[in-house]
Amino acid sequence: MNRKWLLWLPFVLVSALFAAFFVGLRNPDDHVIASRMVGKPLPEFVAAAAMPGQPGTATTDYRDGKPRLLNIFASWCVPCAAEGPVLMRMKQAGAEVNGIAVHDTALELAKFLGRNGNPYTRIGLDDGGRAQMAFGSAGVPETFVVDGRGNILYQHIGPVTDEDMPRLLAMVGVKP
Amino acid sequence: MRARSMLVALALIVASPASAQDYAEESLADPVKEAQAVALMDSIRCVVCQGQPISGSNADLAGDMRRMIRERLAAGDSPEQVRAWLIGKYGDWVSFKPEVKGQTMPLWLVPLGALVGGGWLVSRRLRPKVPT
Repeated sequence: MNRKWLLWLPFVLVSALFAAFFVGLRNPDDHVIASRMVGKPLPEFVAAAAMPGQPGTATTDYRDGKPRLLNIFASWCVPCAAEGPVLMRMKQAGAEVNGIAVHDTALELAKFLGRNGNPYTRIGLDDGGRAQMAFGSAGVPETFVVDGRGNILYQHIGPVTDEDMPRLLAMVGVKP
Repeated sequence: MRARSMLVALALIVASPASAQDYAEESLADPVKEAQAVALMDSIRCVVCQGQPISGSNADLAGDMRRMIRERLAAGDSPEQVRAWLIGKYGDWVSFKPEVKGQTMPLWLVPLGALVGGGWLVSRRLRPKVPT
């Protein structure tokens, strides 16, 4: 009796394997790659001014006791344009938003900010993705919450929406 | 006319400031370090296109990673130092080469266990039948 049951075991195992393949094929692996820098001090980075009239940003800007949002974005990125109005509202609510633009140019940035508004106090142009990699950022847009001592508290992946606003504002100490 | 404009375009390309090397696409002068760099690039996952290594990806961020890898190897870092740095930023998932640690032990132990179990089964089969 016991032996008969054992004969079926390989068949059951292989069926389970194929069922796993089938489920895996139906649900492609869209991995969200979270940064391992959350909870750690900001990496050393310097992103020079992306456009005239607005300062760039570097690690040393984040140790003055004021928590900030640091938005990694690009003028060519469609969801970044979509989150523009939300970032503007957060700025109006009293949050300081800095930006790091990746793979961008001053001209394209000026056009982008002209269209979508400019919520940024500082905008640094990332040199060869160095800052983006140092933050463990895998794409745009991403928004990091940085506390007043220069530690990364939180990473928001993807465009910031109105639903995310109260949470992010609370993290930078702004009453919504 | 067409040939002339082509020539002008070619001259412009040659004259463009490509003299500053861009390590995202250009090899290192040292063949040993270049081989190390390529081996590392083949085993780092592109975080944008995910299924591909950064050596075969057209994503901007993959190019940035290739440039960073060549620059750091040229500056004297070892490939495993650079891999560890990337894992520190993006997690284990960024590397196609699994680390040996507690969490990944099944990867090594399961094949070993299967071999031992299979060997035991085969040895039972091969044992001379004892007449009962």
